[in-house]
Amino acid sequence: MNEKTTSGASLFGAFTHKEIRHILRDRRTLLILLGIPVIQIVLFGFAITTEVRDVRVGILDPTPDVATRHITDRLLANDYFTFAGLFSSPAAVERSLRRGEIEMALVFAPSSPGRITRDGTVPVQLIADASDPNTAALFTGYATNIITAAAGELAGTPEESPARLLPEMRLLYNPAMRAAYNFVPGVMGLVLMLICAMMTSISIVREKESGTLELLLVSPVRPFVIIAAKIVPYLILSGINIATILLLSVYVLDVPVVGSLFWLVLVSLLFVLVSLSIGIFVSSIVRSQVAAMLISGMVLMMPVVLLSGLLFPVENMPILLRWTSHLIPAKWYIAAMKKIMIEGAPVLYILREILVLVGMGILLLLVSWKKFNDRIA
Amino acid sequence: MAAIEIDGITKRYGSVEALRGVSASVERGEIFGLIGPDGAGKSTLFRILTTLMSADGGRASVDGLDVAQEYRKIRSRVGYMPERFSLYLDLTVEENLKLFATLFHTTVEENYALVQGIYGQIAPFKNRRAAALSGGMKQKLALSCALIHKPSILFLDEPTTGVDPVSREELWEILGHLKRQGITTLVSTPYMNEARLCDRIALMQEGRFLEVASPSAIVARHGRTVWAVRGDRMSRLLVDLRAHPAVETCFAFGDRHHVTPCPGATTRHLREEMEAQGHREVEIQEIAPGIEDCFIRIAGRPDVKDE
Repeated sequence: MNEKTTSGASLFGAFTHKEIRHILRDRRTLLILLGIPVIQIVLFGFAITTEVRDVRVGILDPTPDVATRHITDRLLANDYFTFAGLFSSPAAVERSLRRGEIEMALVFAPSSPGRITRDGTVPVQLIADASDPNTAALFTGYATNIITAAAGELAGTPEESPARLLPEMRLLYNPAMRAAYNFVPGVMGLVLMLICAMMTSISIVREKESGTLELLLVSPVRPFVIIAAKIVPYLILSGINIATILLLSVYVLDVPVVGSLFWLVLVSLLFVLVSLSIGIFVSSIVRSQVAAMLISGMVLMMPVVLLSGLLFPVENMPILLRWTSHLIPAKWYIAAMKKIMIEGAPVLYILREILVLVGMGILLLLVSWKKFNDRIA
Repeated sequence: MAAIEIDGITKRYGSVEALRGVSASVERGEIFGLIGPDGAGKSTLFRILTTLMSADGGRASVDGLDVAQEYRKIRSRVGYMPERFSLYLDLTVEENLKLFATLFHTTVEENYALVQGIYGQIAPFKNRRAAALSGGMKQKLALSCALIHKPSILFLDEPTTGVDPVSREELWEILGHLKRQGITTLVSTPYMNEARLCDRIALMQEGRFLEVASPSAIVARHGRTVWAVRGDRMSRLLVDLRAHPAVETCFAFGDRHHVTPCPGATTRHLREEMEAQGHREVEIQEIAPGIEDCFIRIAGRPDVKDE
């Protein structure tokens, strides 16, 4: 029997060192892990966008006057719409719509000058290409708002026509209705989940597959040390990813961090720990890297994408799916992130999310603890 | 006190009985060989003795410690080298060795003397990743890692499988060297010719120990006259030999057939009979029976690897 020449702490250090070496020497995987957040942010920010931008508008104004010009100017002055041509007949408008040269047409009825200003009604028609119904509904809605406002300006102040009720909408927290406000927290949830759960489970199962875990077990080291040492590098990697995402969202996507950065980071770390425990749990139930990848990829990632509210609103889903969504840690994390980051809510408002995440983490660790044997069979 | 006591160990995987109650005792400083074909249960026994698996029945102790109760203590006293190369391929030779030294709360320097003979040969490549080593060098690294904490008992599961003949010979030399240092070795091999290099062996088949004794004792007990027979058409010769009344058993052994003749039979007579059946270039030679002949005799069939 050897005398103890090294302490437990240095053993942990040696193992952490080993894990960091594994990660650093697998350049391709490392590149992917560091690149994922950048790619996701760029994809969601610029390619996959649900926002309306640069809608091509055609104008049909047989009898232009001050009023119609004011409305046209107001509409085209908006970022969402660009001028795509002046038309002389309804037939020409329809041709252009069909060819896809324009997506929306603003058609004024031929009328006596000054009519709009007199009775406040706008004889104007919006014709939209509704082959993409959501987008069409969105930009006709914008256009209607702009036209109503412009018409209101022409008609004078509201005091002069007290009978009309004009609801004033205020879009809180995201006045420009920018999708980025929604997906930045979502991408954070996705990326952290991917790196922590998937990579941890793969890296533990790899040791099972290669037989090195057998060797490690036939030694005085406790499985706890092996697992804990595996967590450290992924914790660091997650930290880098959180920073990358936040920097990209603030400086590239103009999504501000309204709330407390401290709590944002703290809640993110909590979520990282929950994801790591998911990874440990997965590794305790599978034997091959492929199985670990499939479970983390399909069974864990798909619900995160579909049920966390990242792409589809959970509120509109059938009751069963809504219930399922409560089981997904990322859902709670994303909800908390939205509140802190976008709404600037104080930490008291996300207490429920924090408690749910803490509970999930403890439960997962307990179950994995039970399942992770210090024997192989 | 014996180094390893195995007493009626059983283990099953579902419906497959991997070990059907094996018992043996390994003395201190002995090289004990588990000899048997693939699937005989050798690796399962290794895993039970190294405390990686629990046995279903029976008892076993290693270095005087019970494998079920005191497994933590056992883990720090034994060195284990699994059948498959199980070191970190992306770490260098030196990093692997250092990691295993740290694992056992020791340092490479402290026990370098023990591994010097083995590690010295791969030390020139210490900055090379383990993945880039040849089979023989991988084996030496694995053995160095298993030895770096100066274990009292060494478990080597098929250390010579898939290794070139020169490295194989070297490995057995190393085992002899370790034996002189007082280390007990339990080694398994499917190669019968390596059985002679062990102090004692257990012939293993289908989860049972057929025989536990020294190789010479086994040969003395079971060895009968063996004839090595050769001809121009070997597969037909095997059929004809088996059908011949003077032949008790006949099995294919590489480029020869080993015949156990019935008492009173002569080689000349058998050769003439075979030539009469149309075989040419028939050569019959009396040879000393090997462990493999004994194994076949005891097991009743030849499913062991020849070199």
